[in-house]
Amino acid sequence: MNPKIFEKLKTLAEAAKYDVSCASSGTTRNNPVKNLGTAAGWGICHSFTEDGRCVSLLKIMLTNHCIYDCGYCMNRRSNDIPRSTFSVSELVELTIEFYRRNYIEGLFLSSGVVRNADYTMERMVRVAKDLRLVHKYNGYIHLKSIPGASRELITEAGLYADRLSCNIEMPSEASLRIIAPDKNYQSVYRPMHYIQQGFLQSAEDKKKYRHTPRFAPAGQSTQMIIGASPDDDNRILHLANALYQRPAMKRVYYSGYIHLNTYDTRLPALPTPPLVRENRLYQADWLMRFYQFKVDEIVDEKHPNLDLEIDPKLAWALRHPENYPVNINTADYETILRVPGIGVKSANLIISSRRFGRLTSDHLKKMGVVMKRAKYFITCNELQAFTVQEAGSEYIRRALTAPPKKKKDEEQQLIIGFEYDTPRNP
Amino acid sequence: MIPPVTPKSPKEDFVSAKYSTSPPPTPPSGGWGVITRYFIYDNTFDGLLTCVFDAFNRKEFPDRIVGENTQLPLFTESFTVITDETKSDRVLKALREKISRSALDMLFIDYLSESDDTTIILFRYIRKALTSEFSIEMNFADPDVLELSKIYKKVTREEERMRQFVRFQKTVDGIFFAVMNPIYNVLPLSARFFQNRFADQSWIIYDIRRKYGLYYDLHTVETVQFDHLEIAAETGKLTPEKLDDYELAFQDLWKDYLKAITIQERKNLKLQRQFMPKRFWKYLTEKN
Repeated sequence: MNPKIFEKLKTLAEAAKYDVSCASSGTTRNNPVKNLGTAAGWGICHSFTEDGRCVSLLKIMLTNHCIYDCGYCMNRRSNDIPRSTFSVSELVELTIEFYRRNYIEGLFLSSGVVRNADYTMERMVRVAKDLRLVHKYNGYIHLKSIPGASRELITEAGLYADRLSCNIEMPSEASLRIIAPDKNYQSVYRPMHYIQQGFLQSAEDKKKYRHTPRFAPAGQSTQMIIGASPDDDNRILHLANALYQRPAMKRVYYSGYIHLNTYDTRLPALPTPPLVRENRLYQADWLMRFYQFKVDEIVDEKHPNLDLEIDPKLAWALRHPENYPVNINTADYETILRVPGIGVKSANLIISSRRFGRLTSDHLKKMGVVMKRAKYFITCNELQAFTVQEAGSEYIRRALTAPPKKKKDEEQQLIIGFEYDTPRNP
Repeated sequence: MIPPVTPKSPKEDFVSAKYSTSPPPTPPSGGWGVITRYFIYDNTFDGLLTCVFDAFNRKEFPDRIVGENTQLPLFTESFTVITDETKSDRVLKALREKISRSALDMLFIDYLSESDDTTIILFRYIRKALTSEFSIEMNFADPDVLELSKIYKKVTREEERMRQFVRFQKTVDGIFFAVMNPIYNVLPLSARFFQNRFADQSWIIYDIRRKYGLYYDLHTVETVQFDHLEIAAETGKLTPEKLDDYELAFQDLWKDYLKAITIQERKNLKLQRQFMPKRFWKYLTEKN
């Protein structure tokens, strides 16, 4: 083993760490001929780093040399950092050996751009091809498609990879032009379009021929940096929504901006990454994908930014108190799903259980409904409670955002020597 | 002592109980009276099904079912169930008519949680399922149904953790070896997954708590037991001379990789522990 590989791994893992995508889901690969590897329908997280992010794939760069000079990126040309490059065989060996030890679920390969987009893309495809054809590796592969890569290479990449991705980086083209002058939306959208076409073509062929090769069966994903440009959440979520309308687009990731290149004055000097905003955007993303919310219901011209204090679902409920309270025992699934504190799982449990008898708040609590929030928005088989109609939106907002109460002992109050209340910590 | 039961054809009795329309009342946790009725069984799934058969047969329903060699409290009645495959098969057959395949799988997975608290809930669930006119499996307002679905989640979660946190070490003879300490007996559940995924390498996963392991020899998975296992107690590591030449290098590479991939600006140790509880750290390559 080449002793330099330790140094290379460190440099190139560090170079790749700002890519958010970690999913190893969305595809099923069985292993009927007893080779190495499978891919389950949902991904498996094998470890978690100290920042709490999961490590599912070996997320790594082929090289961190780059001809571009994007303001947000650590690997930009003008940064003086250690640079190195993996050979195809080194990377293949590393992937296989990590995989055999159950460290990883597969490979996430990205790269800086050397010479030109096609030259880089070709070498990335070679890694995937080697893994699949020479080593008969059957695990997950996620390939980044380099902006500006040609259709032929993307088509080839799709044959070996499970998922392809092309990062849109900035929520508007104007910001992208300022911060990453070497890129434009066209260079991002074109590979995206190729992937989509390959995906649809493969689905079409599947109807005709049973053994048609699969093209990127887990579709594609993309990523936007949050907080590096003045774009508001309205812009971001509408863009995400438009991307989700495309057939092969499975995930849009949001990455809170970290101020790495402190000398670059085009970028805001954020002291900490905007983690709360990022979280709210993911919540809004979930509402669009799993809760049947339309993007206009979450943000619009009047409310261009998500409320950082409360989650977007609660925010919508407080803006529309006329829809509540919801009767748990009669309302349909879609309506129940819109109750703050009830998620997809509890909604399903409610729907299937209420056929056997009326549900009470006690049942709901046991099913995992967050009654702290839900109690203002539901009625069940009980006496009328204090709902949003009586309390008003403003009251609920204050009640739910209030800091947690102090412990009793700290209160300036006379304590008589007996407990009249239930003990706090039984 | 238990009064002797008047002999009756077990078949007849069981059938009549099966079609009884009134649902059995759920006894409070302490039982109806002062005396708690215990059934003692041999900790097998068949044993549990035999308990069901015997209970219907004797028209006596236990408040607790415990494994052999359990110290019983004072003031209890107890009945020792002798596992009988013909009896358990009949219960299984009756159950198949009443509940779906997936619900039956759930019962077996719940049983792997290996707790006496679960056993009695399983018993009550089976009793309700057999006597109810309609399927009870979707009624999550029933405390037993809900509880079993929660235990199911816990056990399958533990099994998922096996998939996540098993770390193989390559030995000199080319076998990939891993140690685990799961709180539930989930090894049987994950056998197929590992067999599929690592089909071209032989491996051993050893459950150190229950002192048995699975060995895959490129053809089939078999159960193995070691009388003496030479591993470091704190880390589950094999001694260096037993390892493949490059094994330690790959372990170091993996550690380096995890350090490099961490974003310091977003450090959140609490979140890390939430996803990867400390009890798994012992045998993780990257954590020691």
